[in-house]
Amino acid sequence: MGDPVADASAMWRPRLSPKARLRWDEVEKRYMLVFPEAALMLNETAPEILKLCDGEHTLEGIVNSLAQRFTGIDRKIIEEDVTSFLSRIKLRGLLEG
Amino acid sequence: MEAPRPYTLVAELTYKCPLKCLYCSNPVNFHEMRDELSTEQWIRTFSEAADLGVVQLHLSGGEPVVRKDLPELIRHARARDLYTNLITGGTLLDEEKLRQLRDCGLDHIQLSLQDTDRKTAQLVAGIRSYDKKLDIARLIKKAGFPLTINVVIHRLNIDRVPALIAQGAALGAQRLELANTQYHAWAEKNRSALMPTRAQLDQAEAVVREARPRYQGTMEIAYVQADYYSQYPKPCMGGWARNYMVIIPTGEVLPCHAAHVIPGLHFDSVRDQSLTTIWAESKGLNAFRGDSWMQEPCKSCPMKTIDFGGCRCQAFLLAGDAAATDPVCSLSPRHDIIREAIAQAERGDGSLLYRDVKNSERLSIGLRELAAR
Repeated sequence: MGDPVADASAMWRPRLSPKARLRWDEVEKRYMLVFPEAALMLNETAPEILKLCDGEHTLEGIVNSLAQRFTGIDRKIIEEDVTSFLSRIKLRGLLEG
Repeated sequence: MEAPRPYTLVAELTYKCPLKCLYCSNPVNFHEMRDELSTEQWIRTFSEAADLGVVQLHLSGGEPVVRKDLPELIRHARARDLYTNLITGGTLLDEEKLRQLRDCGLDHIQLSLQDTDRKTAQLVAGIRSYDKKLDIARLIKKAGFPLTINVVIHRLNIDRVPALIAQGAALGAQRLELANTQYHAWAEKNRSALMPTRAQLDQAEAVVREARPRYQGTMEIAYVQADYYSQYPKPCMGGWARNYMVIIPTGEVLPCHAAHVIPGLHFDSVRDQSLTTIWAESKGLNAFRGDSWMQEPCKSCPMKTIDFGGCRCQAFLLAGDAAATDPVCSLSPRHDIIREAIAQAERGDGSLLYRDVKNSERLSIGLRELAAR
């Protein structure tokens, strides 16, 4: 598999695995990603990234979309954050494509 | 102490099951517990669980597919946004039922397989189910479900861990659980026949370590340790009544599948009280929360916040005291019990006792006599 961060291509079209579900947690008032036997509590931007993981948007498209929304943050930093987040959850089997 | 947030509810819908597995975690006197909760009682319970913060719902048994109201229960669980997992032996499923469960919103299926060897699978399950189960695994995938395959590991199948991993991958499982037998309930009765040797375990663990990176990102391999061979006990259920609850078919709320074996503990039923009240106030659930109940060597042990002193049921079953250090721990004054069990496994003796109604009836009578003494 190699280094997932280095391997992530701008044309990668990640899709959330059918075993993972994004859900709002009423107790902690934030989103969580739920999958068999576990869940990840998410920060504010992660759900915005995951909502675009539909197999249609490319990695580049996701980064562009976030860069338009968070204009105060350097695009390079957004790109690094998105790539590293998606690579990590792909290693856990939570993304397809 | 204040009750923590529960994340997981295991709902044992029924103790009825066509399989007779030698390692079944259902109580040996399951035959006495036939008065199952109604559809309405389960639906209310799921709703209260969601209010408490439960995220994961495991529909288990027995064989949960026995319940005619399974689709309705799933629909209500999903309406409360519970991540709904069906834990099944698979033998009662077919394409039509799977489609129905899919339409109700079931998130995930966990299918038990016994072995890659047909004969041993039959020996362990007590009935012929090997081919049917493989068919069902394929139909589960075809219906579009994410699939976990669970295999309980013991002396009779542990040498086939490489084949079990290959089988899991070939069936398209996203997750493979290789769970060493936990010696409670029926498994405890069959311990001498089921416990692997040290050499078998070392070999199996090496295979798992080697296979994991190859399947990373496609099939997660979860491996549940053989605690008799561990230096320290397992953090049983992540701590007593901490994030995990089990509701048995009759409605009692337990911290795990086995806690009923501990005498003197009272567990409340969702028939009589709300789950919210039970979770906070049940005497049984509060009995071993936190660490104020601990004795030495647990009390002053730096590991106590990690393993919580191990398993309370095992402490009772083996050392006769539910508040004792789990004898599995190498620091336990009763660790000799474990050494003897291991020596017995090395000798390879032991007879088989199947989990069926006849044996349960017999053991129920035995338990009543014991209690009357």
